[in-house]
Amino acid sequence: MLKKEPKKPTFEQSLRRLEEIVNQLEQGDVTLEESIKMYEEGMLLSKACIEKLTQAELKLKKLGKDMQGNFQLFDQESK
Amino acid sequence: MNVTQDVLTVTEVTRRIKQLLETSFPSATIAGEISNFKRHTSGHIYFTLKDENAQIAAVLWRSRAERLLMSPEDGMKVIVSGRITVYEVRGNYQIEVLSIRPFGVGEFQMAFEYLKRKLAAEGLFDPEHKKPLPEYPERIGIVTSPTGAALQDTLNILRRRMPSVELILIPVRVQGPGAAEEIANAIYEFTEYGRVDVLIVARGGGSLEDLWAFNEEIVARAIYASKIPVVSAIGHEIDFTIADFVADLRAPTPSAAAELVVRDGAVLLDNVRDSWHTIRESMLNMLNHHKGNIRHLLKSYSFNKPIDLLHQFSQRIDEVDRGMAASVAHRFAMIKMNARALHLRLAALDPQLTLKRGYTIVYKDHEIIDSSKLLHAEDVIDIKFQDGDVRSTVS
Repeated sequence: MLKKEPKKPTFEQSLRRLEEIVNQLEQGDVTLEESIKMYEEGMLLSKACIEKLTQAELKLKKLGKDMQGNFQLFDQESK
Repeated sequence: MNVTQDVLTVTEVTRRIKQLLETSFPSATIAGEISNFKRHTSGHIYFTLKDENAQIAAVLWRSRAERLLMSPEDGMKVIVSGRITVYEVRGNYQIEVLSIRPFGVGEFQMAFEYLKRKLAAEGLFDPEHKKPLPEYPERIGIVTSPTGAALQDTLNILRRRMPSVELILIPVRVQGPGAAEEIANAIYEFTEYGRVDVLIVARGGGSLEDLWAFNEEIVARAIYASKIPVVSAIGHEIDFTIADFVADLRAPTPSAAAELVVRDGAVLLDNVRDSWHTIRESMLNMLNHHKGNIRHLLKSYSFNKPIDLLHQFSQRIDEVDRGMAASVAHRFAMIKMNARALHLRLAALDPQLTLKRGYTIVYKDHEIIDSSKLLHAEDVIDIKFQDGDVRSTVS
């Protein structure tokens, strides 16, 4: 089986967390310390999401198996 | 009759015929009409395949019979694929059937309805089995022809809407014999691979027969078994295949599938940027709010009271100080004035001055005598003049 990828938050999780932070900060019923921590996290998350979204080039791969029968992604040229 | 000709036994000639026939027809695909269709108690199916002027015996072994996607009936036009074999005991040849497909449109429709009813009854189409699509997939699997329009359309849409995703293809044939098996295997393989968020099963437009692979039962079961949500995008809007009924979501066309699967990246980007601003904004507001609080506190009466008292005291001290300074100065001036006055008076009283004015001071026994009555004859007195003393006796 493929080795487990290190636990990176998925794009979806980052967006969800970002929404959460925005809501909480907007309601304002958060202590100053908490809001500073959330502010920093929010900045990082939004930066990561923007980077992801502005990654311009679509990747097309072909799924196949190598000699040992493990899954491999091969580059697939696309017109 | 030429006796010297080799004489073959029936077995030998049959075997030669068998060998000849089976080597020249290792696999055959024959179109014809079904007749004398009989399902034997053994489970094997026997029928005859005929056309206007010929017929051929056909046998469908039980193992294959169970996986039929249609219920063949007499009069049905079908395409049968299998291999020609000789049944020596009877001395006839037959086709051992591997798969049956409907031939005429009518047959397709019939087979389609049959499978649809069968799978619906099994609950493969039930809505509660439909898996929801992930809202923001990052890796999208696609099962389609590597050279077909479907792949191209999907690519174009994804490039425009969300180029940050990764499209992972398993190339398959999308029509003709063996296509259904390839499609089904590809779907199982994606489940085994497991690292795609959603799976598109697609092909471009075509006739009912072109799309037939997607009406095959094995494809339907593969889609149903898929752990990954499956979006079917087969043919044009009007084409409905069994795969569409089983899929978690049916898209009218491959392009529509791509649009259903990913959000519009530009909109998403705006949303994220808005979030960024909102976070900054609310943070700044919060900081200002807190600063305002602090400033307000600083200005508040209670906070300032001590300082206020301090000011008042220091003010009082100033006043006192000033007051003191003033009073001291005043007193000092007064004293000075008094002193001067006294001084003047003293000065005025300065015996010398009076003496200078002709007066004298009479002393008797060192005491000043200020009345004549105090003097008697013979008293010895000293008379002080401005310029010296004179002793004398009173006469």
